[in-house]
Amino acid sequence: MANNPDLEAVFERDEPAFVPYLAAGDPSYEASLEYVEALARGGADVIELGLPFSEPIAEGKTIQNAIVRALEGGMTPDRFFEFVEDLDVDVPLVCMTYYNLIYQYGEEDGPRPFVEKAAEVGLTGFVVPDLPAEEADPLREACDEFDLDLVFIVAPTTRGDRLDRMREQVSGYVYVQARLGTTGARDDVSDQTDESLARIDDWDVPKAVGFGIKEGDHAARIVRAGADGIIVGSALVDIVAEHHGSAGSQTESGNVAEGYENDDPVSEVADRLETKARELKAGALRGADQRTETVSGDDR
Amino acid sequence: MSDTGKFGEYGGQYVPEALMPAIEELTDAYERYVLDNEDGFMDEFRERLRDFGGRPTPLQHAEQLSARYDTEVYLKREDLVHGGAHKLNNALGQVLLAKYMGKERIIAETGAGQHGTATAMAAAHLDMPCEIYMGRTDINRQRPNVFRMRLNGAEVNPVTVGRGTLKEAISETMRDWATTVETTHYVIGSIVGPAPFPDMVREFQSVISEEAREQAQERIGRLPDSVVACAGGGSNTMGAFAQFVDDGDVDLLAVEAGGSSLTVDEAEGVAPNSATLSTGDEGVLHGARTKLLQDSDGQIMESHSVSAGLDYAGVGPELAHLVDEGRVTPANVDDAAALEAFHRLSQDEGIIPALETAHAFGFLHENPDAVGDVTVINVSGRGDKDLETVIEETDKRDLDVDVDMSVFDAAGGAM
Ligand SMILES: Cc1ncc(COP(=O)(O)O)c(C=O)c1O
Repeated sequence: MANNPDLEAVFERDEPAFVPYLAAGDPSYEASLEYVEALARGGADVIELGLPFSEPIAEGKTIQNAIVRALEGGMTPDRFFEFVEDLDVDVPLVCMTYYNLIYQYGEEDGPRPFVEKAAEVGLTGFVVPDLPAEEADPLREACDEFDLDLVFIVAPTTRGDRLDRMREQVSGYVYVQARLGTTGARDDVSDQTDESLARIDDWDVPKAVGFGIKEGDHAARIVRAGADGIIVGSALVDIVAEHHGSAGSQTESGNVAEGYENDDPVSEVADRLETKARELKAGALRGADQRTETVSGDDR
Repeated sequence: MSDTGKFGEYGGQYVPEALMPAIEELTDAYERYVLDNEDGFMDEFRERLRDFGGRPTPLQHAEQLSARYDTEVYLKREDLVHGGAHKLNNALGQVLLAKYMGKERIIAETGAGQHGTATAMAAAHLDMPCEIYMGRTDINRQRPNVFRMRLNGAEVNPVTVGRGTLKEAISETMRDWATTVETTHYVIGSIVGPAPFPDMVREFQSVISEEAREQAQERIGRLPDSVVACAGGGSNTMGAFAQFVDDGDVDLLAVEAGGSSLTVDEAEGVAPNSATLSTGDEGVLHGARTKLLQDSDGQIMESHSVSAGLDYAGVGPELAHLVDEGRVTPANVDDAAALEAFHRLSQDEGIIPALETAHAFGFLHENPDAVGDVTVINVSGRGDKDLETVIEETDKRDLDVDVDMSVFDAAGGAM
């Protein structure tokens, strides 16, 4: 992978960004490469690639299970960096992982070796859900040194000083958490999204909304509300889970389509992911059109 | 500790953004109510600890043990606290604090079920709805405590991910909290988690050493040479140590679970022990930087101990710091030695200790010379909850103990 457009270039384009997430290596290295590439074909503008950590406390059941599958499939930080190098896509890749993996990598304790390696393989930035702005200085410094972005998550509960602190630290885009709780696809869009977007209206970083987006219509609704991008994880991971069973389910009845059999699931899953990606991207574009209509409607 | 919630390099607040405002709110409430006794919080807490909890607990001279090891052994009897373990000190403090904060719902995780039981009791006592997350493995080995939680009106949610022990239960409780944070308080069960939890839990538990210190002065006219406590997350440990930390002459010994072995199977991601202070590396888990059982990539390992309450891959950041400073000495005792100590204390002193606690007595047995002339051992809890496990594990092993249940099994199915 080379010559990636950076995040700035993506968001400067005059259309909303579609930012899908998959856990790298779910359920195997080879299949996962195909899945991520399918998302790129389906119109991804940025891809959030999950580097699986054994204790993903911010993740709901869907992504938690994906992480278990990926770990069982042998994913490690070093394999992850190889994975990034092996990917044949030309969109920016943001690494989504937990701080312990970043902190432990390499000989010295601290985030620098991980960031250096990430820059070397062509990653663009990081989202680290268990690293609030208060603890982020060492990672921020390493990111500055290697010219990578550090994305922060604004939650529905984030207000006041915490917003200011984050505003100072954030780069690339700000991840607006659409609702309280953990990741996971939902059937509706929460009003918390509008409130959260309103709170950071005057920030000059692009705003991408995630947590619970599942369908093109959700994407449209969120872009209409003013988002510069939509982030979709669980709805895509669900497609992988349906075909590959669900290792280590968290509740006793949580296995998704266990025992599902298919002669060539990988290409079929890739096709479905590409289709789903198209639907979501189209939804986002529709939302942008509707937004323009409303604006010109107001003008009249 | 400092104002920033750090103990040297350890501690901090590594949690999802959605939880940060709640943690700030909690920090503020902790400072006002606990540290500054606003609205008489601490007075009410102490009164409830006394009347509901049954404090102070005795500092008992253990005659048989003293004779056996030729050293004066005193027992701090936290097993006599209402509910049967030190966990109530903290649970009562936090549930009461949640009430003062205007929270409507309590959640907690539990390993041995002892913290879950204490939280369920405190919640019933203070009339708060309560849900407990508990690993499947732990539910199976701690059934009496599951029943006690249900009896007190708490929901118990089984967690089956991973090996189904405390580590998984904590992650699951954090997920619940991230969804319900505006109305719910998460009662963390040990001196772990993001600041201010390690400080706050230590503060609620330090009543143990506050009493022990006074009782020692009264009984023997001086401080002990050492204080010994088992360490899982480390709350009974820091509770027993806190008021002695500044007394440089008092040795503080933290006894962890050596499990079946101290060697680790990196490929399997399994540590057959929970000896985090002795063998762990620095890292970030469940909201804090601390010592952890982890592989070279930073993935957290599954831990093991015959006692559910010690079976955790992390440890309190304050304890990790005090070990680095050389103020606390870490030690460990394996499963078999803990089981033998369980039997021995029951026979010698008529006290059936929790399997967690038995590790501290296993240490005394193996190192009677390390504790000086006078030692205080913290009896962190009582063993009723562990009887099923002890029967099973004793039968499985060739232990140096007199109790043999198998003679009754052969009796012909009259049961
Ligand atoms: C009786 C008893 N002792 C000790 C422990 C270990 O916890 P900590 O190290 O936090 O005291 C537990 C935990 O459940 C317990 O039940």
